[in-house]
Amino acid sequence: MSQTESANPLMRRLSGGQAKQKLLAFASLIALMVVFTVLKPDAFMTQDNIIGILQSTTVIGVLAIASTFIIITSGIDLSVGVLMTFCAVMAGVFLVNLGLPLPVGVVGAIVVGALCGVVSGLAITRLKVPPFIATLGMMMLLKGASLIITGTRPIYFSDVTGFDQISLGSVIGHVFPSMPIPNGVLILFMVAVLSAIVLNKTALGRYTFALGSNEEAVRLSGVNVNRWKVIIYAFGGGICGIAGLLIASRLNSAQPALGQGYELDAIAAVVIGGTSLSGGTGTILGTIIGAFIMSVLINGLRIMSVAQEWQMVLTGLIIILAVYTDNLRRGKS
Amino acid sequence: MNTRRTLLALAAGVAFGGFVSYASAQEVYIPLISKGFQHQFWQAVKQGADQAAKDYKVRVTFEGPETEQQVDKQIDMLSAALAKNPKALGFAALDSKAAIPLLKKAQAAKIPVIAFDSGVDSDIVVTTAQTDSVAAAALAADKMAEKIGGAGEVAVIGHDQTSTTGTGRRDGFVNRIKSKYPNIKVVDIQYGGGDHLKSAEIAKTLAQAHPKIKGIFGTNEGSAIGAGKGIKEAKKTGIVIIGFDSGKLQKDMINDGTIAGAITQNPVGIGYKTVEAAVKTLKGEKLPKIIDTGFYYYDKSNMKDPKIAAVLYD
Repeated sequence: MSQTESANPLMRRLSGGQAKQKLLAFASLIALMVVFTVLKPDAFMTQDNIIGILQSTTVIGVLAIASTFIIITSGIDLSVGVLMTFCAVMAGVFLVNLGLPLPVGVVGAIVVGALCGVVSGLAITRLKVPPFIATLGMMMLLKGASLIITGTRPIYFSDVTGFDQISLGSVIGHVFPSMPIPNGVLILFMVAVLSAIVLNKTALGRYTFALGSNEEAVRLSGVNVNRWKVIIYAFGGGICGIAGLLIASRLNSAQPALGQGYELDAIAAVVIGGTSLSGGTGTILGTIIGAFIMSVLINGLRIMSVAQEWQMVLTGLIIILAVYTDNLRRGKS
Repeated sequence: MNTRRTLLALAAGVAFGGFVSYASAQEVYIPLISKGFQHQFWQAVKQGADQAAKDYKVRVTFEGPETEQQVDKQIDMLSAALAKNPKALGFAALDSKAAIPLLKKAQAAKIPVIAFDSGVDSDIVVTTAQTDSVAAAALAADKMAEKIGGAGEVAVIGHDQTSTTGTGRRDGFVNRIKSKYPNIKVVDIQYGGGDHLKSAEIAKTLAQAHPKIKGIFGTNEGSAIGAGKGIKEAKKTGIVIIGFDSGKLQKDMINDGTIAGAITQNPVGIGYKTVEAAVKTLKGEKLPKIIDTGFYYYDKSNMKDPKIAAVLYD
């Protein structure tokens, strides 16, 4: 890749626009929390509820990180929610049906996720199926596969010692008994930090941005675009595997019919966090903040006992509003 | 821009503040976490809960995930409900094992939990408000006996042989026939998993194997619809089918005479009794482990009856 091609997205990232966007998103998150705290001080800002919010963000947060990579390439992955479930089911197969040791099952689930990402990536690059359709197909295929493998019944991990600790245990609480933050939250932040490093400091990250900015230019500069695309989808798939472990551990079961629709929550978190669906820009921090805006909003509305129909209306409005204000900022800057 | 977005967020906050009813410090608040909320069945449960809330002067909220697979979303709802420090809690578990840690938390906080619709595998719950499957299926047996003239061969197409509804409905029917109608013989019990197609194949086979068969009891919506389909495809006439629950297809089959009638649960009663049980528990009353929420038999003649129509769904 030549200097000029890589400089464009790089400059954009360093120009400060993204820092400003993160600040804006962060300010919205704080504003939401202040509003709920003022309106419902005795219930919202309690330790139990804050831990509840953190816990409810773990799965969507991790899925949103996977989606961020793919959306930055100007692709889309509709299969993330169902892939998460498929990985959870495979964890069940490894740990419960085959009785393999815990670490093998954990690594196995992540590898399964990455392999499914490879399949999506190959369908997109070799079969020339558009990402929307390729991953839609994967979504249906994997949903069916999960149901077939489990015989439509959940797989329970009750006999797998330590499995529920992945999400529900608390290493932090062990050290600081006053802060029983579940491991799932810790894993979310670890995945976020590692992904941010990959996105900003490695070749994979550079090509992720470059593909989203100008795929043709990258191709012309002699880069094997197809190979990098497959690698990026595989990376996303592996992260979905982690989400699968988180949800399976939290529910102590692999629920085969779950997961559809979660990809849309993940995409919403990504765009609220300032990543553009047209590709080329985006940050992991923004995505994490986006995921928290969603879960704080939903939790807060529940705490306020807002009727469920209205929760949906308001969540929808907030998503549109968030992207609108982001557009305004981009238009002016 | 920063201030603009903050202002927008604040405006939104104030706007939804308006949707919340005024809450006094003394009011008794009981959230109900259901298995769903869009489905007609759950709307009927909600309606019953709202009625009981009015009668007993308590405040209830009713929430459930969008599909009955979203176990994790239901747990988030349960978690938020507990954060509100309710006086009691109604809970219809999608997967009761997954909810145990939170239910233990409720127990520690001395928040009584009333299970509704289906039980929870734990003694944390005070009571369970649900349909008495055995009694409901016994009513189906009585109706069957009445329609076939108290004598002849009948069969059961069950939806499964492990769940409490599956075994309860099967045994309720079979035992009532055995104890009350000596001239009726249950010649076969088969399981179709509640699947339309499988149940239809079973019904066809039953008609083949037992040419004198006079009646079939389908223990849930899919089993009954399947029985109807199978008998139609086998071009048999004069076989009495009694179904369970409702649903558009089953209602259509009742209207066109394929199915004679069905037992419906009473979702309105489930909602009402759940809130009532919570109120009684808070007053210190002792409750039975199971509260029967009632059921009705319906057919073409009474489907439009407001009491029946209210509990039927498409």
